[in-house]
Amino acid sequence: MKFSDFVAVDAIRSDVEADTKQGVIREMAEALVEAGKIAPGELEGIVKAIMKREDLGSTGIGRGVAVPHTKHPSVDRLVGTVAVSRKGIDFESLDGEPVHLFFLLVSPPDRPGDHLRALENISRQLRDDGFCRRLKASATPADIEHLLEEADSHGIVT
Amino acid sequence: MTTCLDAMSQPTISREVVVGIQQGLHARPADLLAREARKWQSRIELVAKTQRVDGKSILDVLTLAAEAGTRLVVEATGPDAQEALEAIGGLFDRNFNEQSNDKETDS
Repeated sequence: MKFSDFVAVDAIRSDVEADTKQGVIREMAEALVEAGKIAPGELEGIVKAIMKREDLGSTGIGRGVAVPHTKHPSVDRLVGTVAVSRKGIDFESLDGEPVHLFFLLVSPPDRPGDHLRALENISRQLRDDGFCRRLKASATPADIEHLLEEADSHGIVT
Repeated sequence: MTTCLDAMSQPTISREVVVGIQQGLHARPADLLAREARKWQSRIELVAKTQRVDGKSILDVLTLAAEAGTRLVVEATGPDAQEALEAIGGLFDRNFNEQSNDKETDS
């Protein structure tokens, strides 16, 4: 799976304002609403579901990265977005480091395979230090979009 | 103290496991696995059909995208390989303590 298969480019944010875990999750979910990927009436339910998942264990997987996500019946295909925080956010990460890079995913309950393949693609790219550095240094959403396109065309895609 | 050379001279032991979780080896079980693997001195690797990854790295484990029913081989090399293998095998045997239904995030 490629980034272009699930990342809503209109919802990419290169400089989130939020400075809390719930705040950044809300900001990213709102971006998906603005991009027309999730229904406005579902926003609260989705934010709540993502926070509930975080209570089971932080999705801050280390190296300054978090992958907040949930299954939700209101989407009929996997949707996601990418955000960068300049200052870094305390996400109760596994390694205790503040998180700068966020990949938020909302997937239909009956498609666990798509969710796994999105996580696979994200993890594969994140193992590349160059990718992380460039993502963190992206000044605009367009920069992030280009980086993802590049990763899609040069990365190992399965 | 165990050096790298000592560890390398240890035999590798392995066991096959099956991903029993309906959702596959997603973020939470991958975290539990990597966390358990890091408790041991031994090198822990997971071997799938086409790749071999470091069991102590959640990013590596996630790149397996192991769906329900996937067979993996867990390999452990080092002074505490036996115990490590039992602990990690146990996680798979217990389905990582996941509930078997999809409903937990529906609210």
